[in-house]
Amino acid sequence: MDSLLSLFIGQYVADLKRSLALFAPELVLATAFVLLVIVDLIFQKSKYITGVVALLGFAVATIFMIVSPANTSFGFWQMYVFDPFSNFFKYIFLISGFAVVLISFFSNELNKSDRTMGEYYTLILGMTLGMFVISSAGNLILIYLALETMSLSSYVLAGYTKEIKRASEASLKYVIYGALASGLMIYGISILYGLTGTLSLFQINAFLTQYQGPVFPLVVASLLVLVGFGYKISAVPFHFWTPDVYEGAPVAITAYLSVASKAAGFAVFMRFLKAGFIDPTNASEQVWTMVSSIDWKFIVAVLSVLSMTIGNFVALWQTNVKRMLAYSSIAHAGYMLMGVTVMTEGGYIAVMIYFFTYLLMNFGAFYVVQLIANEIGSEELEDYNGLGYRSPLLGTAMAIFLVSLTGLPPTAGFVGKLYIFQAVINSNMIWLAVVGVLNSVVSLAYYAKVFRNMWLRGVDSNSAPLKYSIYAQLLVYAFVIPTLYYGIFWTPLVFWAKSSVMMFIGK
Amino acid sequence: MEIGLTHYLVVSALLFSLGVFGIVTRKNSILVLMGLELILNSANLNFIAFSKFKGLNIEGHIATLFVIVLAAAEVAVALAIILNIYQNYHHIDVDEINKLKE
Repeated sequence: MDSLLSLFIGQYVADLKRSLALFAPELVLATAFVLLVIVDLIFQKSKYITGVVALLGFAVATIFMIVSPANTSFGFWQMYVFDPFSNFFKYIFLISGFAVVLISFFSNELNKSDRTMGEYYTLILGMTLGMFVISSAGNLILIYLALETMSLSSYVLAGYTKEIKRASEASLKYVIYGALASGLMIYGISILYGLTGTLSLFQINAFLTQYQGPVFPLVVASLLVLVGFGYKISAVPFHFWTPDVYEGAPVAITAYLSVASKAAGFAVFMRFLKAGFIDPTNASEQVWTMVSSIDWKFIVAVLSVLSMTIGNFVALWQTNVKRMLAYSSIAHAGYMLMGVTVMTEGGYIAVMIYFFTYLLMNFGAFYVVQLIANEIGSEELEDYNGLGYRSPLLGTAMAIFLVSLTGLPPTAGFVGKLYIFQAVINSNMIWLAVVGVLNSVVSLAYYAKVFRNMWLRGVDSNSAPLKYSIYAQLLVYAFVIPTLYYGIFWTPLVFWAKSSVMMFIGK
Repeated sequence: MEIGLTHYLVVSALLFSLGVFGIVTRKNSILVLMGLELILNSANLNFIAFSKFKGLNIEGHIATLFVIVLAAAEVAVALAIILNIYQNYHHIDVDEINKLKE
């Protein structure tokens, strides 16, 4: 008995050591989180030093990501999964982490003289840590914990400019909708636990292959869990918070929520579907079969069509650019759900390609909105009249990002849409592709409104040109150039996504 | 009468429904938070009941502990946000806080 126990302990320690070595990027982020709190206490006067430390944290985490061996295995006793799929999304989170810290440096709204910025960067690191964990989680309770780590930080960040009424309102709405969604999700998880007797996605999968009982409680539980994911990716009908929070929050945070938070939602949703509900014996083949009788294809297709249509049509009536981009991000969630709904390798690759391009163009668009708001103090569409002449750089950059968001060549957005539609057509869901294309046409209408106001209205206005520092200008180029580059030379991007789609499912 | 799994599940379903009802109908933000607590506790009750009556592993108990901790953290954050709302608006009526509607 003693030897058995010591054998078990030996195995446990070995697993822990191996897992901790692979867990290094997350450990770095956690260390940087603690370090930032201390740095903030020491350098209370300085506004930027905490931001620089956050950047260093992201940089060290990136280095650990690059040097860590390409490993596909379980960690921490099946709680955690190390695979190329999660690595892809971790790079997305790191890039958006760098972007959001850099953007925050140039925000007048955030860097007011009486505000301390230490907690701001600390919470961004905490949120990124939650995203890292969620993209690798293989257990429902870990998924829930990571989701809450992300959410709790983002509730506070959304209302960080606490003396501004609309920011505090955004944060209240976010916390109420978010807590309701996570409450529904944990209730769904508890029913799923009762049905299957386990919280591990892989054991749920094994259970479902033999499951013969009633399907109704399974459907209810899965739909309740879906609420949590749907809320994170802001898919209709779980999108009610999105326009209000995106409009009220500081622009940098809006950009971060619309890209990284959505990416985390997609990463965990895709893993939940594939690890939990796909028959693992043919998961490496082109078309996957489901183990349960839940019609996920239909459910996700409905979400996708609703998100695209409602997002695009409501955006047509918006007069505030930030709010318009919020509805546009709902519509983009719909496009990406098209790639999930086909349930093939190609569909998942398309979503990943789309995410990289979406990262560039959406961050870019929000950054331009922020630079303009710095100068004119408004995000209303009417105040954009003639801005193209007051700042040709911002006008041109905005035009490029909007063309990319519409999905027209020669920009990166085109590549993302191309692969999504290709995957949808390959799996014979022509009607869905038609809906997607029609929606892209609708989206052109409201993106063009911004362009029209910037370049064709108020031409004779002879106000002073917009002012921004040379570094702010460089950051604009940092978003514009890749957006154009990957619109023409997209092969490396596709190659990266193809080599990263492999998801470890224990077989 | 023996108290079985079904009884626990009915109580938790009732708690869940009351929680959702509270969130939808209450105007005061603090009462909305209490609705959220009911939902989280109904999930806890489910976890414990399934764990005990279906002879499952200890995972359910552990899940409950985590949910309790998270509920506390969530309420702490939410109360801070509500406090900030009170400083800006001088009330905490969720129906009246609607500057962001078009």
